[in-house]
Amino acid sequence: MLGILTGIIILLASGFLALLIRGRRLWASYVGAGGVVAAAVLGVVSSARILSSGGVESLRLAWALPLGELHVSVDALSAVFLLAVFGMSGLSAVYGIEYLAPYGGRKPLGVSWFFFNLLAASMVMVLVARDAVLFLIAWETMSLASFFLVAFENERAEVREAAWTYLVATHLGTAFLLVMFALLGRAAGCFDFDRFGELKLLSGNMGSVLFILALVGFGTKAGFMPVHVWLPEAHPAAPSHVSALMSGVMIKTGIYGLVRVLTWAERPVWWWGYLMVAIGLTSGVFGVLFALAQHDLKRLLAYHSVENIGIIGTGIGVGLIGMSFDLPALVVLGFSGAFLHVINHAIFKGLLFLAAGAVLHETGTRNIERLGGLIKSMPWTGLAFFVGAAAICGLPPLNGFVSELLIYLGAFNGAKSMAALVAAPMLAVVVGLALIGGLAAACFAKAFGIVFQGEPRSEQAAHAHECVGLMRVPMLFLAIGCALIGLFGPWVVSVLAPAVECVSGLPLSSVAGQLATSMRPLTLVAGCGVVLIMLGAGFALVRWRLLRHRSVSTAVTWDCGYVRPTARMQYTASSFAQPLTALFSPVLRTARKAVAIDDVFPGHSELETHTPDVAGEFLFRPIFSGVGALFSRLLWLQQGRLQVYILYVAIALVTLLVWKTR
Amino acid sequence: MSVELILTVVVLTNLRLLGASRLGACIRTVGLQGLLLGLLPLATGGRLTTLHVVVLAVGSMVLKGFVFPRLLFWALREAHVTREVEPFIGYTGSLLIGGFMLGGAVWLGDRLVIGGTTDLSWVVAVAMFSILTGLFLIVARKRAIHQVLGFLVMENGIYIFGIGAIPGIPLLVELGLLLDIFVAVFVMGIAVYHINREFDHMETDKLDVLRG
Amino acid sequence: MNTTISMQSLINFFLAVVFAPLLIGLINRTKAWFAGRRGQPLFQLYYDLAKLARKGAVYSRTTGWLFRAGPAVGLAAAIVAAALVPFGGAPGLIRFDGDLVLFAYCFGLMRFLTVLGALDTGSSFEGMGASREVTFSALAEPAMFLALAALVRRTESLSLSGIYAGIDVEVWRTSPALLLLVIGTLVVVLLAENSRIPVDDPNTHLELTMIHEVMVLDHGGPDFGFILYGGAVKLWAMSALISGLIVPGHFGPWCGTLSGVLCMFVLAMVVGIIESVMARLRLLRVPQLLVGGAALSAVALMITLS
Repeated sequence: MLGILTGIIILLASGFLALLIRGRRLWASYVGAGGVVAAAVLGVVSSARILSSGGVESLRLAWALPLGELHVSVDALSAVFLLAVFGMSGLSAVYGIEYLAPYGGRKPLGVSWFFFNLLAASMVMVLVARDAVLFLIAWETMSLASFFLVAFENERAEVREAAWTYLVATHLGTAFLLVMFALLGRAAGCFDFDRFGELKLLSGNMGSVLFILALVGFGTKAGFMPVHVWLPEAHPAAPSHVSALMSGVMIKTGIYGLVRVLTWAERPVWWWGYLMVAIGLTSGVFGVLFALAQHDLKRLLAYHSVENIGIIGTGIGVGLIGMSFDLPALVVLGFSGAFLHVINHAIFKGLLFLAAGAVLHETGTRNIERLGGLIKSMPWTGLAFFVGAAAICGLPPLNGFVSELLIYLGAFNGAKSMAALVAAPMLAVVVGLALIGGLAAACFAKAFGIVFQGEPRSEQAAHAHECVGLMRVPMLFLAIGCALIGLFGPWVVSVLAPAVECVSGLPLSSVAGQLATSMRPLTLVAGCGVVLIMLGAGFALVRWRLLRHRSVSTAVTWDCGYVRPTARMQYTASSFAQPLTALFSPVLRTARKAVAIDDVFPGHSELETHTPDVAGEFLFRPIFSGVGALFSRLLWLQQGRLQVYILYVAIALVTLLVWKTR
Repeated sequence: MSVELILTVVVLTNLRLLGASRLGACIRTVGLQGLLLGLLPLATGGRLTTLHVVVLAVGSMVLKGFVFPRLLFWALREAHVTREVEPFIGYTGSLLIGGFMLGGAVWLGDRLVIGGTTDLSWVVAVAMFSILTGLFLIVARKRAIHQVLGFLVMENGIYIFGIGAIPGIPLLVELGLLLDIFVAVFVMGIAVYHINREFDHMETDKLDVLRG
Repeated sequence: MNTTISMQSLINFFLAVVFAPLLIGLINRTKAWFAGRRGQPLFQLYYDLAKLARKGAVYSRTTGWLFRAGPAVGLAAAIVAAALVPFGGAPGLIRFDGDLVLFAYCFGLMRFLTVLGALDTGSSFEGMGASREVTFSALAEPAMFLALAALVRRTESLSLSGIYAGIDVEVWRTSPALLLLVIGTLVVVLLAENSRIPVDDPNTHLELTMIHEVMVLDHGGPDFGFILYGGAVKLWAMSALISGLIVPGHFGPWCGTLSGVLCMFVLAMVVGIIESVMARLRLLRVPQLLVGGAALSAVALMITLS
């Protein structure tokens, strides 16, 4: 506990210090990032200690505000998320030093670091707060800090637009949370989380209302479809180390909030699990479909965050269905799969965003169609991106497979149950996960294959260099993390048991017992992974021995006898994804603008595709323009004179006074 | 040849009807369905193999398997229509809706436990699915011939209900139904032919030019 | 008893590794017979492999380490998958709850590496093949999981070995429809995943129409040998899923293995017959075939749910 609070203080102090440093270009970066790294080391160590001991550490202090109190506490559930937050903050801060360096002359870096450290500190606070008021303050600080980080390049119109979208979305979400906590506070008579838990406030009809409020409020932050609209805007706009932090861990605070609220439930109503599974699968399938249709590398990754949040949501749904139908196997497998995927996604999505940032840093473009062949000029970044891509597709022997296997196991466990009410959603989970897996593999084959392989498609791509060491090191750490969790899956999963106990309400012994039965699969999966690697290495050795004394030469790629191929003739990302986007065109609604070829000797022609977000375009735009039209009727109130505005204030005050003394 | 197997093939023929793009294929599929349903009472084992059931089965096999398809092919040829189905709702969409209808039918089959035995729920499900498919075909396809086909599929669904779920369905009702269908097909065939004569096409959505 | 079973699993695994290329030979011989030719020798793929192992290699200048590592790791993945499959009534060499997921994802890894190898060359043809491959496999994967889920529900077991141990004559007697539907799905998946007609034609000579073959155009020497052999092992492993349903091996260990191998050979001939009597589908039609295959298993699941 002390370590974590010290971490918060270090974060805030170094943030303020960085704010004060001006002029000297990189000092602000060193101070800001140094503080984050120090806090991260401290935080990772202490949260790992709490997670392994399985205990709860808390602290209560009185404070001067009228509502609530300063009640912070760390249990296993918080510790899981804290590990991800501290780890990713430290690594992306190290990366950020070099990433921000080119902006040094033009931008006040101290401000950026101040908000970065504030974001990290507020995320930690969100995870440890045990009082609704404190939680909301931290939550709001987190939203605002990340808003300023997104708006870093605010001289560009699309960045301002993205930041604005994010601000509106996150506040709409927070509004639902305000209502939820107000209802909870009224029912409990205080704002203490422990009290909410003791009273089991999430039961009956009221419980369902609260669940929906939490789902919308926290889901907006997490990025569930269809309230994910800010993700594909904000992630590409933010600097890459910030994208990594936001996509890797900040959206997970939404998952944390939802799970924390679920711990206050007596017993989930059956349709909660159904709803979670439905939302999870929708987010998963639609997220990856929209990712397939993107040309912007970071936007593609942002949609994959939606997909992975969907997988996490599906895991939670499996757990919830298990809780409502008294099937402990589903509870344990679903929740442990979801928690492991939270950590895994933090690792590989952080890794992918950092690698994408390195590409952007070196080539100056995020447009996949203009890249290519980077693995030769940027071998480390390429290797890192490859590991991240294989991991996010859930391919063995990396970490993504382990967490997806847990959710699959839970779903298959439910699918063999005799009750159709349990089996039907579980079968949907099995099929949905399989579809998501196949589509994700297609999408990352496209992202990696077009960006890093083949020949460079533009000048910028041809002249790229490998990024410097400070950017490389965090990526390598994360790539190693992907492999380690993949090979030591059983150990990692057993560490998660107390967190599962926290949310499921099952006794620890039963959770551990249930996990023990899934230890055998996990151990054997790890074993198969080792065998796979050894066999692969063995075959590579065989190949090396065979080719050692033979002629190995190089030539051009087989081009069917065509004599003058150019790099522009390579298959593009859009054409690679076209069969799938065409197949799912009723969902994607890709706009296509083409100058057709109708001459015998074709002249100039062009093709442009754009896939707007279906929820943004067909759900929120009409709503917002409707609301806008409604409020534009009140434009006459806006007189543009100070006197009138003061009059408004006075009228409002008098009205309130009259209403109160009535 | 178990009941389950026949019914499963019936489900597959229904799905085929939803996804088929050729009128000829649709007619043949409906014919196949008729043949299968004729086999159904014979496959239920001793329970239903009385003489009148056998006669009824053979009769319906001949009618649904050979006579109706012949009639429809004749109408198709006479009317000189193209062989495309021309759906209001596309084939993929139809199949998707078919999937949901099947799910709903299974759910209904679970609920509507007739006669207190649970092993009949698949029978009820398939019957419901056939009825729903027939309705869907009537609603979602343009061609008049498809209305006839949809009607036939619906009747098949009712027939499955009769054979599988309610052992004691009176012969008279069954015969009446069959006669009904026969007349319907006949009338439709003639109507199709005449619509074609008068308006030179047989798309039902163009009947609205007759409105006052 | 326990040792004999694991002995049989071991032998089955070696049979898979040794006889896998023979399946390709059988398919080709069947096709030749249908076409009225004598056809290549049954052991042609063995000769090819031996020849490739003796050759040097020519690499495209565009390619990098991934292109060279892909075939070796892909073959390793196929062999791990083959070790998971139960055969002839005996469990697989490795078995655990959820091994069916690993089975499917091993092939996913193999495919991912092949696709990246294709994109590594920067060739448009290979990019096109890769694009088609990922499209069709993204649809084949749910179909396979649906089929396996139907079996999981019927046998209430979570591992491939457990599932196939639970399939016996009694299951065939009580729910033939379910098994037939599942076999239908698995055959569709087998044809699609192993680049067979009607999805892909392994013998086509135009790059534009190939799917799998075009992706490996630039591979040569031992690398290409790994790819061919890996493909054969994959064909064996996926066919074993079907033959395990057709010949529920409860006839004792040796008879089980023997009948299993025979069934595999018959299955290869059936694939050859399918390839001989069908034309390749238009590319736009392939997704319909795959979705239709998935629909078969969906209907099977509906039976189990009702």
